[in-house]
Amino acid sequence: MKKMRKQKFKLKISSATENLEIIREFINNLATKAGFDEERVDQIELAVDEACTNVIKHAYKYSTERMLDISVFLDNEKMEIVIMDKGGGFNPDKLPVPNLEKYMRVAKVGGLGIHLMRTLMDEVNFSINPGKKNQVSLVKYLSRKSA
Amino acid sequence: MSGFDISRSDFDNVTALHLSGFLDAHTVPVFEDAIQGLLKENIFNIIVNMQNLDYISSAGLGVFMGFIEEIREQGGDIKLSNLSSKVYKVFDLLGFPALFEIFDDENSAKSKFGHSK
Repeated sequence: MKKMRKQKFKLKISSATENLEIIREFINNLATKAGFDEERVDQIELAVDEACTNVIKHAYKYSTERMLDISVFLDNEKMEIVIMDKGGGFNPDKLPVPNLEKYMRVAKVGGLGIHLMRTLMDEVNFSINPGKKNQVSLVKYLSRKSA
Repeated sequence: MSGFDISRSDFDNVTALHLSGFLDAHTVPVFEDAIQGLLKENIFNIIVNMQNLDYISSAGLGVFMGFIEEIREQGGDIKLSNLSSKVYKVFDLLGFPALFEIFDDENSAKSKFGHSK
């Protein structure tokens, strides 16, 4: 197969939950263009929703003046989505795998999103530099089937 | 915009909420308010019918987690019905089938509450 040039797409949008739908459509279109089947397009869309929801809620605490910065890289092997924020950051390694029984008791539901992202994507990498630049990179390979 | 809607059907001892559209961090307060409203009316036998639900993220699943303990303490339950395979997969990935009863159709969920059709 001929090596496809890496293509880059960017979406910069206010950090607001009402924009999640626009983000999902943007991701859905690109994942479809990249050649993923419908099931995997849905997985990528959900993983990106979860990542952006985390930024909106935790990094930018619902301040709609902040911007979400989403970059998508496509080539003939994979789709990579990088979501960047300048919020306070967190330690992704300190988040336990959610224990649903425990969450039920304390009615706390955080951490489900990151668990989903890790399950839905082939690679999830965080790079945290609080207040300057935090980013999460989500990768899905065309040749692999996860989740 | 696609949005999110809830309609409600009351039966003898069970209330069903029918969700439609997209349940994400933006629309989730509508769902929370609906459940909260039932609790205020002392309704604890609840079916959530997802036949027309196109999408759910963990924000939506969080609502089930947030209310279920209180509801079960009151002797009630939330039972789920009519999940599309796309929506079911999300519940499944987070281990919900071990914690919630999931039915193919609303009538089966109703019978489980002891409701006679």
